[in-house]
Parts: sequence; structure tokens; C-alpha cells
Amino acid sequence: MKRVRGMVLWVATFLLMVVMCVPGLWVILSAFRPNREILAKPPVWVPETLTLDNFGKIFGWGAEQIAIPVGSYFLNSMVIALTSTVIALGIGMAGGYAFARFRFRGKNSVFLGLMLLRTVPGIALSLPVFMLWSRLGIIDTKLGLIIVYVSLNVPFTIWLIDGFFRQIPLSLSEAAQVDGCTRWQAFWKIEFPLAKSGIASAGVFAFLTSWNEFALASQLTRSTDSKTLPVGLLDFTAQFTIDWAGMCAMAVIIIVPALILTFLVQKHLIAGLTFGGVKG
Amino acid sequence: MIRALTTRRTDLAPFLLLLPAVAVMLFVVALPLLFSLWTSLTPYKLTKPASLYVFIGADNYLRLLSDPAFWVPFGRTVLFLTIALNLEFALGLGIALLINQITWGQRGLRTIMMFPMMFSPILVGFQFKFIFNDNIGILNNALQSLGITDQAIPWLVDGWLAMASILFAEMWMSTSVFAILLLAGLFAMPRDPVEAARVDGCNPWQVFRHITLPFLMPFAFIAMTIRSLDVARAYDIVKVMTGGGPAGRTELLWTLIARTGYENAQMGKANAMAYISTLLSIAFTVYFYRKLMAARRFMGGVQ
Repeated sequence: MKRVRGMVLWVATFLLMVVMCVPGLWVILSAFRPNREILAKPPVWVPETLTLDNFGKIFGWGAEQIAIPVGSYFLNSMVIALTSTVIALGIGMAGGYAFARFRFRGKNSVFLGLMLLRTVPGIALSLPVFMLWSRLGIIDTKLGLIIVYVSLNVPFTIWLIDGFFRQIPLSLSEAAQVDGCTRWQAFWKIEFPLAKSGIASAGVFAFLTSWNEFALASQLTRSTDSKTLPVGLLDFTAQFTIDWAGMCAMAVIIIVPALILTFLVQKHLIAGLTFGGVKG
Repeated sequence: MIRALTTRRTDLAPFLLLLPAVAVMLFVVALPLLFSLWTSLTPYKLTKPASLYVFIGADNYLRLLSDPAFWVPFGRTVLFLTIALNLEFALGLGIALLINQITWGQRGLRTIMMFPMMFSPILVGFQFKFIFNDNIGILNNALQSLGITDQAIPWLVDGWLAMASILFAEMWMSTSVFAILLLAGLFAMPRDPVEAARVDGCNPWQVFRHITLPFLMPFAFIAMTIRSLDVARAYDIVKVMTGGGPAGRTELLWTLIARTGYENAQMGKANAMAYISTLLSIAFTVYFYRKLMAARRFMGGVQ
């Protein structure tokens, strides 16, 4: 009986992992295969050739090139995601600390208000922002997108950082203040170092939100000056025939930084999401 | 004593600390929303700039309310969200209970579960466009190689199948959020009440129904709240997988907004739709946030 139960658990877990991993792995594998093998009928199951040509084509190294400037898109994505993350973290730390450590009137309403402004669907927000940014002349600039992404990240960053500061006992900072620290010193020397890993994971979350965003970016960017990777991915579908291998290679370029960052902070991220929320 | 002193002395501090956050949200979200509200009360078309200053009252809204071309995608969106959130919760709960039973490699499994969460929605869409492709997709290739079907199944060409494929992609992306948070809930659950209930003669189902599940609900509502902050990301998936086709059969509210506003340049009408979609998102979030608060009170988790 116990053995049967063990077997069932094992099979169920195995199937689950297959469903979760195979789609992504198939895309990654296809990024290293030539297009003719992907298109082959009957299908080629075991890759006969693995090649870096698709990546070469994307970045313009090889003899063959495609007309999509993935290199610029990558740079744009990096600049936009990093800048908006740093700014959102600064604003979010101040806000999160305020929620975690102070009692003030209208606290819950302000918190809920910030969250509700976050729920506005990207495509709905893009309409007025598109019209306003056009008038301000910051459409199709990195600046225009950075500003929007900061607002996208501030509410959730506050939520996470609020949770991390709450986990630090108030008595620590009070003891420091009794010993003669100012409130600022108590924050900077005691509370900030303790919350550091949590803040880092909030930063990773903000980075990923900006890195992965599509709805707003697709309307607010147009040229190689500001287009990001997710928007650039759709350049492929505008062509006469879909270059599956090229798209898969580009998908790998988008996913690799995200995966690395996630694995670095996954533990703190889960802790932040749950404890920030449960012990409000 | 000390706490009272410090808070009184720095009465202004929380407001100063929150100022940048509030300012950003007001300038980048609230202000454009006001502009959007005004635009939704005009017949504004991008091709006729002067029409931005013509006030027509609630005409756009009234016209939408009587237009099946709006109602059908709207209803489809609500139905889609309801089905997706319920299935994600049920599946996520099942996965969390499963992983909780496994004694080895739990951490590794949890890490793998985070994998789909990190995919850009646009990538999830592309990935399933690739897999569900009727000609070269791995799914049809596998089904045909195994002899289950000898014809290519038109996953993204048939209306119903396309909607089901989109639902699958959406669930693949988001079920992990539920599974991971519910698993964290299971890890945090105290053992004593479960033991006590067992001693008192509860069967496993009763233990689950009356002890485990109530304890997990706050975690479920956190997952729901986090998800509802971002329900509209299904737009990205639909955009890349079907573009709303075939013949509008997978059109959701959000793809309809993009089509009306940018492709047809009818900004007035599109902003009215956008307002309705914003209210829909807010309704979802407020609903789950209140549930979360109620569950927290039930758990006595408020400090």
C-alpha cells in the first residue's frame, strides 16, 4: 500500500514537471537547431545538428544576417529595466518604511489606493499615456518608458519592502536610538542591513516586471532608439515567413537573464510575498 | 514610551517618505486616467485632432452598452478570468499538496515551479504558438507520430480550440503563483491542530476541509490579489498567439481596446472601453483584497 502510494506520487510529480519544463526546454533546444530541421516533415525528433548560427544571425556575426537589430533591443531593455528598477527601489524603500514603521491617518486607504492604481491594465493605461507622451515629446524615448515602468513597480515594491521591514523587530531600532543613534542612523546601520536581501529580491521582481513588459512598450516605442526585447520579438511575425529558429534564439536571450536573477533570490522572494501579505 | 515619543516628534515623516511614491502614481497613472476619462467623453479620433474638444457626454459608453461587438468580448473576458483563476487555484492547491508529500528534492521541485513565473507573457504566448502550431508544432507532431490522430489538429485556427489553447498558456504561466504561495502556507502550518484532530477521530478529508483549507485561505487570497493586480497580461498572450482571431473568436476586452484605439484610431471609444476594463480589474482586486483582510482577521494575523 505504501509502495503504491509512493509510486503514484512519483508519477504525478514527474508528469507535472514534464508539463512545466518541456515547453520552455523545447524552445531553448529549437534555438540551437537550423530552421530546416524545425520545419522538416516528418519531424526530426533527435537533433542531428546543434548550431550557434541562429544567435550569429541575430547579432550579425555570421555570413547570414537578419534585419532585426536585436543587439540594440537588448541594450534598450537593459538600460530601461535597470534605471526604472533603481528609481522604483529608492521610492519603494521610503514608502515601504513609512508603512512598516509609522502609524498615520489614512494608512490603509493610501496603501489600497497605491495598489488599485497598479491594477490599471497596461493596454488601458497606454491610451492616455500615449496621447500625453506624444504631446510632451517623450514618445519613442527610453525616458518615456522608464517613467511608466517606475510607476508600474512602485506599488508592488512598497508591498514587498513593507513586509521585509515588518519582520525586523522594532526593539532593535529603539535600542539603537536609546544608545544615541538618530532615527536615520538606526535605519541605515541596523534595519537596512537586515532587510538588504529582501530589498534585493524586490529589486529583482521590479527588474523582471520591466524586462518582461509588453503592452505599454509596444505602444510607446517605435524605433531602435527605445524598442525593448519583448516588442522586438514581434518584428519576426511581421515578416513574410516566420523565422522560428530566430524567434527561439531571441526567446533564449530574453529568458536567460530572468532565470539567473530568479534563482539568485528565489528564497527571499517567496518569504517576502507570503509574510508581507499574511501578517499585514 | 520611546515609540510614542519618536512617532510624535516625526509626525510629518511618513508623509514625506510616501511623497515620492504618491507623486509618481499621481503623475504617471492618476493624471493620465483623468485625461482618459475626458477623452472617453469625446468622439476623439487620432486622425481628427479637433474632435478632442467636442464633449458628447456618455455617448461612447451608451453606444458600447448596446453593441454586441463590445459585449461578446467583454463577457468572454469575464468568463475567461473566472475559469482561469478557479482552475489555477484548484490546480495550484493540488500541486502544493503533492509537493508537500514528497520527502526528497522538495527545494529543487519548488525552484522548477518558479520557472514559468519568470517567463515574459509575450514569451509564453510565443512558446505556445510554436508548440500548438498545426503544421510544425511539437504537439501535433507528437500526436501524429504516436498515431493518435492522422490529421493535423488546427489548435490555433479553430475558434474553440484557440480559446482553450490560450487558457492553457495562461494557466501554465500563472498556476505556479498559487502553488508556491500555498506550499509556503503548508510549510508554515502548525502540526498540533492536525494531530489533535486526528486523535479526536477526524478522517483525512475532515482534517483537510476544516483545518488545512481555512489555514491556507489567506495564502490563496494573497495569490489571488497578486494575480488580480496583473490579470490583463493575458493581452500579451492573445496578441502573439492569435491576435484575437480567428474572426474575433478569441478577442478579449484588452485586444479590442488596442484594435479600436490604435488600429482604427477611435481614441474616444477606446478610452471608454479602457475605463470599463480598469473598473473590471479594480473590482477583481478589491474583491480579493477584502477576502484577504477577512481571512487575516479570521487567522488573527493582524498585529
